[in-house]
Amino acid sequence: MRKKAFWIVLLCFAAFLYACKKDKVIEETVSTFLGFKKPANFPEPVYKLENNQVTEAGFLLGRSLFYEPRLSRNNTISCGSCHIQSSAFTQHGHDVSHGIDDRLGTRNSPPIMNLAWNKAFMWGGGIYDLDLQPIVPITTHEEMDENLNNVMEKLKTVSKYPTMFKAAFGTGEITTARFMKALSQFMLMCISANSKYDKVMRKEDGASFTADEQAGYELFKAKCSSCHSEPLFTDGSFRNNGLAPSTINDKGLYTATLIATDRYKFKVPSLRNLTYTAPYMHDGRFLTLNGVFDHYNAEVQATENLDPLLQKDGTLGIALSVDDRTKLTAFLKTLDDPDFITRKDLAEQ
Amino acid sequence: MNIQTKITGLVAVLLLSLSACSKKNDPTPDFDENNLAPLSVEFDNIVGDRTLSFNNTASLYTNAAGEKFSISLVQYFISNIKVTTASGQTYTVNPDSSYFLIKGDNEATRFANVKVPEGDYTKLTFTLGVDSLRSTMDVSKRTGVLDPGTGMDGMYWGWNAGYIFFKFEGNSSVISDDENGDPTGKKQFKYHIGGFGGYNAPTINNIKTITLDLTAGGIAKVRKDRESNIHLLVDLMKVFNGKNSFKIADHPNVMFSEYSTSVATNLSEMFRHDHTEN
Repeated sequence: MRKKAFWIVLLCFAAFLYACKKDKVIEETVSTFLGFKKPANFPEPVYKLENNQVTEAGFLLGRSLFYEPRLSRNNTISCGSCHIQSSAFTQHGHDVSHGIDDRLGTRNSPPIMNLAWNKAFMWGGGIYDLDLQPIVPITTHEEMDENLNNVMEKLKTVSKYPTMFKAAFGTGEITTARFMKALSQFMLMCISANSKYDKVMRKEDGASFTADEQAGYELFKAKCSSCHSEPLFTDGSFRNNGLAPSTINDKGLYTATLIATDRYKFKVPSLRNLTYTAPYMHDGRFLTLNGVFDHYNAEVQATENLDPLLQKDGTLGIALSVDDRTKLTAFLKTLDDPDFITRKDLAEQ
Repeated sequence: MNIQTKITGLVAVLLLSLSACSKKNDPTPDFDENNLAPLSVEFDNIVGDRTLSFNNTASLYTNAAGEKFSISLVQYFISNIKVTTASGQTYTVNPDSSYFLIKGDNEATRFANVKVPEGDYTKLTFTLGVDSLRSTMDVSKRTGVLDPGTGMDGMYWGWNAGYIFFKFEGNSSVISDDENGDPTGKKQFKYHIGGFGGYNAPTINNIKTITLDLTAGGIAKVRKDRESNIHLLVDLMKVFNGKNSFKIADHPNVMFSEYSTSVATNLSEMFRHDHTEN
């Protein structure tokens, strides 16, 4: 009998040890970097990942650079200053973003979100490669007002960077290409695909729309989806949605192409994470979703190059009743992704 | 040694001497893309009948419209160098080493140094600007003067991703102080000419390909034991006095705009072959 008890104790201890070991394994799995994973309900990315495979070291370097104020002239502004995670990487509450020395830009900070599927960057286009985008905010007078030569020199003096560049790219050398690729790796990982909508579409956790959400989804498909197409909720095109020209007469895409038919066209923004990204439009002129509904319902102006979809049968805009708005709002809320705005791996460390 | 071996040996010796013979008697080497030798193209900036000097306020230049001006900056990209022999054989320099930023105030940058097969060349072709292929290439392929971050001094438009091909700045008293001129009162003119044709929709294309006949000024005899130098004169006065001549007062600032295509046409006229040092 004593012998039996001994064996039982030994067995328990062994089981305990085994459990212990398992715990450790699980922990390791959780912290394992998974790299770039295309969500099941998303199309193939546009970004050429074959030219810049996302690695853990590259991502960590990119994150460090994203939150690095040395990218600005007086070391005060980082990418994260105007692209704040809790606002889905926008600058919540600001119509136009403010940068160095509190200088004001002319446009609303767009979200850093699902950029691997972006064909063009900036509200008015002009940039078609994520790897080249950061040059603009770094060198723009109202944003970081710095030049890349100075940035590289500053980074070399911070001991962690040569080490991080070595881990990511094999040597400690800091070059424009490596700097840009690392920033891209971080931004590519800013994927928002865990909203209720995504879970319903992927049939995860038995998620389903409420009656209002479902009705809103139907309305969305009928009235919004030709431009804000699923699953990214933008077709990536540039369109004139009938906003009255702003006081600075921002001509949007035209500035970059000089093609007359591009005048007043701006990039169709995604509707994902709308709750966190107010105000809306390229110049942040609408503070609330209701302001946007008002615009489409009754305020669309017949300006040059107005999108044909906003002037069907000679009627301007899209009719949206009070009931429509309630249901649409219910649906649009299902595009909020709380996980995206709280994920620790995307936050400043 | 049997007779067959003897014959084979004899034939080999004969063949060898024949090939040696043909080499010795022909002064133009065979066109062999693996037999590369140095060639330089010199971009010697001038202004009409005068040499280029910067901030020449004491002795201003005068364009065809009679406007007096000084020059403070000249920079341009030269790329895609090609040479052609009298018999029409063309060699394109390896694109990875065929991009040059000529800076007017830096004597060392006036030479585009390349490698081409030994040979006698009667024609030189190059691009003023950066071709669309390179302008849209992965950032890791854009090193040296093409590095959009650190490679060049303000020769890249970040907001409208692309290189500035030709940058020419200076001052003229004819420039007004209002928004049509220079509101800062410095009376500065700025010509920043670029535009490679666009990523997806066709936009303005100011890439200019220039071909120069070297016969009159002297062909380039490229050999391994020396460095042939094709000496070009680049007349900056043509910016104003070319086919699409204009007044500084009318267009003191030309950057990314429709009018830039008119100025770009003038830029092709700047280049002429003066002589070749062999």
